Parts: sequence; structure tokens; C-alpha cells
Amino acid sequence: MNKTWNNKAWFLVLPVLLLVAFSAIIPLMTVVNYSVQDTFGNNQFFWAGTDWFSDVLHSDRFWDALVRNLIFSFVILAIEIPLGIFIALNMPKTGIGVPVCLVLMALPLLIPWNVVGTIWQVFGRVDIGLLGHYLRILGIDYNYTQDPVDAWVTVIVMDVWHWTSLVVLLCYAGLVSIPDAYYQAAKIDGASRWSVFRYIQLPKMKRVLLIAVLLRFMDSFMIYTEPFVVTGGGPGNSTTFLSIDLVKMAVGQFDLGPAAAMSIIYFLIILLLSWVFYTVMTSQDAKS
Amino acid sequence: MSTSNVKRSWSWIVATLYILFLILPIYWLINMSFKSNSEILGNFSLWPQSPTLRNYMVIFTDPSWYNGYINSIIYVVMNTVISVTVALPAAYAFSRYRFLGDKHLFFWLLTNRMAPPAVFALPFFQLYSAFGLIDTHIAVAIAHCLFNVPLAVWILEGFMSGVPKEIDETAYIDGYSFPRFFVKIFMPLIASGIGVAAFFCFMFSWVELLIARTLTTTDAKPIAATMTRTVSASGMDWGVLAAAGVLTIIPGALVIYFVRNYIAKGFALGRV
Amino acid sequence: MARITLDHIRHAYGPKPSTDKDYALKEVHHEWDDGGAYALLGPSGCGKTTLLNIISGLLTPSEGKILFDGTDVTHLSTEKRNIAQVFQFPVIYDTMTVYDNLAFPLRNRRMPEGEVDKRVHDILSMIDLSEWAGRKAQGLTADQKQKISLGRGLVRSDVNAILFDEPLTVIDPHMKWVLRSQLKRLHRQSGFTMVYVTHDQTEALTFADKVVVMYEGEIVQIGTPVELFERPRHTFVGYFIGSPGMNFMPAAVSGSALVVGDQQIPLEGQPLTAPNAKLELGIRPEFVRVAREGMPISISQIEDVGRQKIVRASFQGYPLAAVMSEDTEIPADPRVTFEPAGLNLYADSWRVEAGGQQ
Repeated sequence: MNKTWNNKAWFLVLPVLLLVAFSAIIPLMTVVNYSVQDTFGNNQFFWAGTDWFSDVLHSDRFWDALVRNLIFSFVILAIEIPLGIFIALNMPKTGIGVPVCLVLMALPLLIPWNVVGTIWQVFGRVDIGLLGHYLRILGIDYNYTQDPVDAWVTVIVMDVWHWTSLVVLLCYAGLVSIPDAYYQAAKIDGASRWSVFRYIQLPKMKRVLLIAVLLRFMDSFMIYTEPFVVTGGGPGNSTTFLSIDLVKMAVGQFDLGPAAAMSIIYFLIILLLSWVFYTVMTSQDAKS
Repeated sequence: MSTSNVKRSWSWIVATLYILFLILPIYWLINMSFKSNSEILGNFSLWPQSPTLRNYMVIFTDPSWYNGYINSIIYVVMNTVISVTVALPAAYAFSRYRFLGDKHLFFWLLTNRMAPPAVFALPFFQLYSAFGLIDTHIAVAIAHCLFNVPLAVWILEGFMSGVPKEIDETAYIDGYSFPRFFVKIFMPLIASGIGVAAFFCFMFSWVELLIARTLTTTDAKPIAATMTRTVSASGMDWGVLAAAGVLTIIPGALVIYFVRNYIAKGFALGRV
Repeated sequence: MARITLDHIRHAYGPKPSTDKDYALKEVHHEWDDGGAYALLGPSGCGKTTLLNIISGLLTPSEGKILFDGTDVTHLSTEKRNIAQVFQFPVIYDTMTVYDNLAFPLRNRRMPEGEVDKRVHDILSMIDLSEWAGRKAQGLTADQKQKISLGRGLVRSDVNAILFDEPLTVIDPHMKWVLRSQLKRLHRQSGFTMVYVTHDQTEALTFADKVVVMYEGEIVQIGTPVELFERPRHTFVGYFIGSPGMNFMPAAVSGSALVVGDQQIPLEGQPLTAPNAKLELGIRPEFVRVAREGMPISISQIEDVGRQKIVRASFQGYPLAAVMSEDTEIPADPRVTFEPAGLNLYADSWRVEAGGQQ
């Protein structure tokens, strides 16, 4: 759509601007402020320059959490995106069962995140959980509170459970927008099932898949509540992701300086990713 | 029409298996919520042997429990109303006009959707303390605007771009003022978009815990926070925990039911 | 290339059709020649798309058989029938180049790459897209895309028929005209049997050798454009084809003349009709002469349409249109005569063939 140039449109945007400025800019300034100062208590602050930043960037703790977070996000994407596509492709397109399917699939998305944690905490426990109990019966030594691998598996399965539906729903929305004629033409052209996927369905899903990949990447990169409830970041530090570490540092230990510096580094990473996301999205919008 | 019956039944199998995977943990929670603690810990069973409503009774009779629900609902509804109200004119501006700095502004809004709540938890606490807003509903509602307003703007912009501009022009020619046109003509046209945006605001405000917990202590404490605290204090009252969890699922389920026909399009943010 | 036989085909979308009304497509029993260009013409909901889907194999008819070159294909799937189809809006594979789009059906059938290349280049030059071969199909205009979807049908030398489902719907008016004439040329070059569904009479009349006019689920006439114009078998064909459509007025038979109001119009011979049928006289505006002689009319309006003018008048209380050349003068006291060659008599909407003016 060709838009008209009108600077008065700023008045329409003003309420959003003020509200978000209040909730975003002021807190961010506070963070920046802390990140360059040191305190010995009793509200006295000293200029600390970039010390906190170099501290954070030289601490194994930060890099470990970052690497864990990247591995986690990568594994999540590698599982959820193909699985989501597969389920969406095999979703029935018509019938009274379709809305029921969609509602049931969307259900995990609307459960408070700590309750998601609770559900899996309970579900996986060896003594009282369905999953833990049956794994024990099958002779699998599973205990997510003791074994780091089990903890990782639990957190990943939980995330797959929690968020795959988002991918499914996005892909499904892309798929139902393909007119029947495309499938008929493909049949007439003698296309194989793979060709139909490769040349008709995948191109149509590209935009929504992009949204899915990036939303899932961002959100898994910021994950806090669910693993915190299930594992508390443990055993050891094995499931301590960036957010968990940050909250531990800021609220638990009240190390404001390093926490603020880490927040800013964290935020800059996110900013960079958002920028990539936004650029790719708008170039897609421009093309279509 | 063109799919064979064999293929159709196969597709139901995939969907059914997936839904089973989704439902099983939820079922287990429901199952536990009807058991007594001694049954939960004592003997393993797939359904309650002696079903009890005790856990739900605890929640419905103890104000510290049920107030958690009321608090959550209050700030979620406040947030949804605020977010959608301020997002509507902004989304209209983005979908219809070009103006100085529009692209940068839109991008900046989006980055807030991507901002990790963990980064904001502490500064929020200090900011709202300074304004004396700690432990009020409005504090949480406004804090959640951080990520809900950008999202609402984004969704609404998607839906509004689907409405031809000629409709606006016709209305102005017919002598409608902007506010009257917006409320009487435009909003009904994007009603489904408003529904989807409200749904998402509700959803993200309802599921968020970190900020809500940080900004509240007692009077506005959300149910989610009540759950985590009560659990650690009372030495794992599993039955009540499960019942509380089940009750947090219900509002979400109700909301999905109302928007069921827009789910697919809504999750694609109106951009398919 | 194939001869298409429609053997007593009927179709109903409901499960148990009992009356005639339940059928979306009433009985069709016809044979279409190999290499012919057919147009299915009719308003929306007349059953033409149903008939097309039966031919393409997307629908299995409730009753009857469909044969290609005498072979029963009623229960064969679309891909086994070896047909091609061009849809209302262009169906192309966005991510492929123009070349790959055309090669796609051949490669799917495991044709050696050398032959593919030859066929594709032949077709590219046929549809005038040679210089676009390496381009991504996504950025092309609607008419170019539609040519690609047509090309994907032409590229296979073994197709039994190419079906067109209102293919020019999304094309600009100017390009419509260009594409239509190209289509006609391609039909002659390729020799494929083509079936073209449309609700636009110009498209149908310019494209087809034989036009199949459908109305309320049945075929009311199959004929050349000239036959449809001069001898509409059904009043609907009269209305639908021609601009303005045929004039109709209730009539009675008296001896060897038709009576409209208080005017007698002589017929050559006595038509044979059932006595209780509803009789109508039909005459095309092109066969109505307005002059000083003849039966009285009152003119209400004269429209100037380029080289011709259309006279709207009232004859015995019934509306009557006449087409005449621009320079014909309209007298002050206008009168009208009907050319005998253009007179048609309809009984219950169907043309009375016997007896009269053959």
C-alpha cells in the first residue's frame, strides 16, 4: 500500500511513545547508570568506567551461561521447527475436529510459565510423576534433579511441549492460505509429495516460518521461568541460562554493577538479533 | 476433495498423537489435584482412587490463595485494555502514513518485545518504588505494556494494512470526522484483529511471572507467585499446588475458546 | 490429444438426488472431437465448472461415464488422465525460473534432460517468453504468469486435453485481447483438444470452434458462433449471446402467421407446436429494420455505439431493440419490419425447429 507522508501521524503514535518510554527508557537508563558505577553501600556511587563490562566479558560464568543458552536455543530450533512443520503438514484441513485440534494445541501456550515448570516438575518426578515413574519401570535411570543430562532433556522436552504449537499454528496458517488450485496443478504436473512440499508449501510457509524461527530463537534466548521452576538452574550450574544467572546476580547477590553490565551486553545481543529479524521481515514485506 | 480417505486418517493420527503428548502432563496435574497428599506420595495410580475436593476447597477458602487469582485477573485485564487502546491509533498511523522516523520508531518498539524481562526486573523495581507504585495492580499492568504494546501495534498494523485505504477516503468524503470514522467504521472492520491483539496481550500478561513477582509483595501478588512461595513455605503441598495449577489453566482455555476461529490467522500476526 | 465422450453424465453434490432440481449438472450426452476448441459458456452457477471438474477428474460424476478416445476414464485420477489445466488465477512455482516451471512436468515424468531442453525451448518461443527463461517466475506480470501455466500444459506432447477455467479473469483488459488471439494461434499450432470455461461471450465466441452454452445445469446448445447467433435453440442463448440480446415477445399462431398484439407477422409455413405451449417470437436486433414502412413503433431512446446505433423502442407494448448503421436516418413516424430470415419461434423457451423457417 502506498502511504501518504504526514507528520501529524506522530500524534497518533504519541501515547504509545510515552507509555513505552516510561517502561523502557527510564529503566534502561538506570541500568546504564549502574553499569558504570561502583558502590560500597549507603548510596555512595563511584565512577567505575568500563570495569564491570570487562569483568563480565572475562568471566567464565558469563561465557558458560551464554554458550549454554546458544546450545539450548539451537537444539530447541532443531527440534521444534521440523516437528512443527511436520505436524502442520499432517493437520486435517477440514472437518469439525479442526477447531478442537487448534484449541487443544494452543492450550500449552496459555499456561503461566511457572505452572508449565510445575507441570513438568511433577510429571517428571520419579516418586510421583507419570513420566518418571514409567521411565523407572522401563529400567531407565532418570532423575532430573541429580543428573545434568536428564535435567537438560527434561528442560528441552518441556520447551518442545510448551512451544511447538506456536510453530504448528504459524505453519498451519500459511498452509491453509494456499488455494486448492496449486495442489491440483501439481497433481496435473505429476509432482511428487516432496516436490509439492518443496515448491508449493515451503515457499508459502516461508514468511510465517521466519516469524516462527525468530520468535522461538528470541524467547528461548530469554528463557527464565520454566527451567528455574524445574531445575533452579541445576544440578550444579548445568541449566543456568543467561536470564537465570542475571537474576541470581542482581536479586540474589545484589551485585548491581556486574548485573547491569551483563544486562547491557545481553540486551545488545538481543538488539542485534532483533535488527536482523526486522531487516529480514521488512525486506520480505517489500518483496510481496 | 482431492485427498484420499487413507491420507485423511493418517493426518488425524499425527494430530492425535501430538495432542496426546500435550494433554498427558496436563492430565497428570488434574489427576493429582483430585488426590490427597497421602495418596499422591503413597501409591501410584493413573486416576484418583478416592477423589477429593479438599485441594480446591483450600484454595477457595483461603484469601491468600484466591486473591492471587483476583489480582492476576485485575492486572491482566487492565494491561489488555491499556495496550489495545494506545496501540490502536499508533497502528493506524503506521499502516496509513509515512512520517519522520517511522521506521526507526517501529523497530525500536519491536526491540522492546524482544527485551529480556530479566534485564528489566531490577530497574523496574527501583522505578516503581520511586513512584510508590510497588504492590499495586497498575504497576504490573504498565510494566507488562513494555512487551504487549509493541506486540499489539504489530498485530493491529498487520490487520489494518489488509483494509483498503479507499474506505478511509470514502468516509472522509462522506463527512466523517477522524474519531467518529475510527470508532464507527474502522474498528468494526478490524474487529477480529482487535480480538487477536487483545488475546495476545491477555496471554503474555497472564503467563509472565518474573516482572509481576518483582513488582508485588502482598496486595497485588499474582497467583503464579503465590504458587511458588506457598510451595516452598508449606513443605510441598502437592495436591494444593496441582489444584492451583489447574485453576491457572482455565482462564487461558476460556480465552482460546472465544478466539478459536482466528487462532491460525492470529498466531501468524495477521501476516499470511 | 483425444476425443472426449461424455456418456449420459449427471452430477449431484447432495448424497441422494431424487428430482431434477437436485442435480447441479443435468444429463449431458455428447462427443467432442479430437483437436477441437470448445468453450463452455454460461452465467455463474450454471454447472460449467462442475462439467470441467468432471472432465479433469477432480469430480467423479454421480451417473454416467467419461471416455477419452473410447477408453473409460471415469474413475481415473487427474494425474492418470493426462490432461492439463489453466486456472482462474495463475498457478506458478514462485521459487523456480520460467524455464524450470516449464520443465517441471517433463522432469517429473523422467524425460531425458536433452529432450526437456528442446521441448521447453519450443514452448518458450511459442508463448513469447524466450528472453525471460532464466528469470524467477515470481516477479512476472499476471499475463506472463498465465502464459507459463498454459505453457506447462503445452509442453507435454501427450496431453489428452487442455482445460481452461476462466483463465483471463485476472488479466488486464488490454492484455486479455492479446492473450486471446495468442491462444487461438497456439490451438492451431499445437492441435490439442481445448476446453475453455468462461462467462464472457466475447471470449467464448472468439476462441472456440464450438460453443457449449449452459444454463441451469444443462447444455442448451452446442454450435458454432454463427449458429448461436442466427439460430439460438433456447431463449437463454438468445438473451445471453449478442449485444443487445435477442428481442422476445409473446406471440400466438394464426394460420400461417404469428400474432403479436394486433399485428400479424407472416411465417413461411405452419409451425408444429403443442397447443398449450407458451409461444414467443424471437428476433435479433440486427434483423429489425426501422423505416417509413411497416408496423408502428414508438422510439424511447437511441444509443450511439461507435459505428452503429441501438434503437430502443416499444412494439405493441413490448420492448424492442434494433441495431442499425450510424448513418441510417430515423424517420419522424418510425415503422418497423422484421426480416423473415431472422424470425424464430419458441415454445416453452425451446426453439420450434420443424415446419417454419429452416
